[in-house]
Amino acid sequence: MSDPVIEASDVTRTFMVSAGFMRGAKPLQAVNGISLNVQRGEVLGIVGESGCGKTTLAKMMLGLLEPTSGTLRLDGKLVGAADRIEVARILQPIFQDPYSSLNPRKSIGDIIMLPLKVQGDPDPSTWRKRAEDIMDLVGLPKRVYNNFPNQLSGGQRQRVAIARALINRPKIVICDEPTSALDVSVQSQILNLLQDLRSEFGLTYVVISHNLAVVEHIATRVAVMYLGRIVEQSDTDKLFKSPRHPYTQALLSSVLTPEPGLGVPDTHLGAAYPNPIDPPSGCTFHPRCAQVMERCSIEAPPCIAMNGGLVECHLYAADKTNERSGKPKVTKRKSSGRRKR
Amino acid sequence: MANPILEIDDLCVNIDVPSGVLRAVQNISFTVAKGETLCIVGESGCGKSITALSLMNLLPKSAKRSANKLTLDGQDLRDLSEREMSDLRGNRMAMIFQEPMTSLNPAYTIGNQLEEAMLRHRNVSTAEARDRALFLLEKVGITAARSRLGQYPHQLSGGLRQRVMIAMSMMCEPALILADEPTTALDVTIQAQILHLLAELRAEFDSSLILITHDLGVVARVADRVAVMYAGQFVETGTTEQVFNAPSHPYTQGLLRCIPIPGKTKRGAHLGAIPGIVPNLVGNIEGCHFASRCHYAHDACHSGDIALQSSFEKSHEYRCLLTPKVCAANLKKGVAA
Repeated sequence: MSDPVIEASDVTRTFMVSAGFMRGAKPLQAVNGISLNVQRGEVLGIVGESGCGKTTLAKMMLGLLEPTSGTLRLDGKLVGAADRIEVARILQPIFQDPYSSLNPRKSIGDIIMLPLKVQGDPDPSTWRKRAEDIMDLVGLPKRVYNNFPNQLSGGQRQRVAIARALINRPKIVICDEPTSALDVSVQSQILNLLQDLRSEFGLTYVVISHNLAVVEHIATRVAVMYLGRIVEQSDTDKLFKSPRHPYTQALLSSVLTPEPGLGVPDTHLGAAYPNPIDPPSGCTFHPRCAQVMERCSIEAPPCIAMNGGLVECHLYAADKTNERSGKPKVTKRKSSGRRKR
Repeated sequence: MANPILEIDDLCVNIDVPSGVLRAVQNISFTVAKGETLCIVGESGCGKSITALSLMNLLPKSAKRSANKLTLDGQDLRDLSEREMSDLRGNRMAMIFQEPMTSLNPAYTIGNQLEEAMLRHRNVSTAEARDRALFLLEKVGITAARSRLGQYPHQLSGGLRQRVMIAMSMMCEPALILADEPTTALDVTIQAQILHLLAELRAEFDSSLILITHDLGVVARVADRVAVMYAGQFVETGTTEQVFNAPSHPYTQGLLRCIPIPGKTKRGAHLGAIPGIVPNLVGNIEGCHFASRCHYAHDACHSGDIALQSSFEKSHEYRCLLTPKVCAANLKKGVAA
């Protein structure tokens, strides 16, 4: 059953950030020990606030950044060791902003064909035909083949980005906020297209978004990130029906659905997202948590398997699950010396 | 309507562009009552922001504004000089912009920028203005407000900056606040907080609020009344319940079908879509602006001027020829679902 195409085990990525003039650099742990499997054919949604490390994780999956520690395997091969072109053959990105992700000086046809050129496709005579086929598939008229990006609308540009990602039939597509730069009516078109292409090519998606309604709609499994860690992952149904982690609960309650009369929810989260250079001790969410306990500020919560998902929170820690199931499935999180300064 | 703060009749904004005259805002009329929240919702390029800027008289030089009536609390705004206008801005009417990143001056401290409006419009000392700034910063939920006064915008996060913007707009207790996409650049959790705050403060100071957004979720939760804008026109106006529960313009209906709603729309199912693109607003458009994308459109839709007409209910208006039929069909679908 388990057939992971991406396996991340304890991946971290640290950036050195200048702390100020003459103060040297401080480490910022953008991704802090993430273990995550993406199964073949699934749509994994990654949600979280800005600055939580979503995009850093995506860049590591794409091989654009190297993990500081931990391993990342793509279809069984180590990402760092594999050839860049080989990675590109398996995995393609769709970025957030179709205004800046397309080269303004290249024609649409050239942009779409570029992956074939880079990956050294052996049969150049078929490139144009293949580009036109894929344009047809993503709903771009053939007449824009010789146009330039600035002549297209936002939705069309995002279709170009999708066509470019799919032309050499990758197995996995990583979509980093694929619709957040688009209007709602265009967003729904792009989401529909992504769904259709998934069933047509049997694709695996990793969809990164801060729009929970979009993630709920398209993802089969969801991982919630907070300050470089995945605090909860579960099937979409379970996560949206019974969120476990207080942060997931707050995130879900802040979704504004177009239903009049409900008012604006109060998330009780407080104003400040913590400074990632100087994260809070213990559970990094504890200063904003409504259900904070004494131990939360002292020790990092373990990763607990429950209800088919994983959650990192003391609320569900061993002493509670012990009584019920007798056999707690607790994997102790590696204590990192770095955190105890 | 008791006590309208803002009355607008037949507002038009024309912008000179190389290819002709772009009619960005076409014959818009509305009133905002005291203490009311009006949401203007529409997609990018429909003229929402230009409407707001034209009220503040902050339009670019190439744009011309005309109106039959444009009054703020009874005062005619049409022929005010730049000096008279700047007496009003930040004083009787204030604006909150989309990007707190770019709308705060990076070279001045938060305190300086907060006090500026108060010092300009009220006969107060610096100390008094500072007290008011401090009071409002605490009001908008900024901790350690006193030290924040001396900080520069780059030292604050996006959410904090937007809180500062809101505090700034409240300095002189304006009668009308215009908020142009105040939460678009923010995270969902922060968005909920900012909207909460905005509603709270609006109620406390009894200001009126015009909120401009493209997010129907935001509209449903905060608006008293809604105006749906498409290609320079209001295509549907009404109370929030009327517009969301009985959307009568095909565009409004289409928009509402486009949004996935957790727990309501079937996962992975196709979402509704509005085919086609927004028409070019340079020059005149014959007939209904939405006709080219509307699947109910027929011959009559492509000619003449289509006026706003009232629905069965008072205060609910829409700009469509065949809505009673569409409405009935939709209601039936709603009952079935």
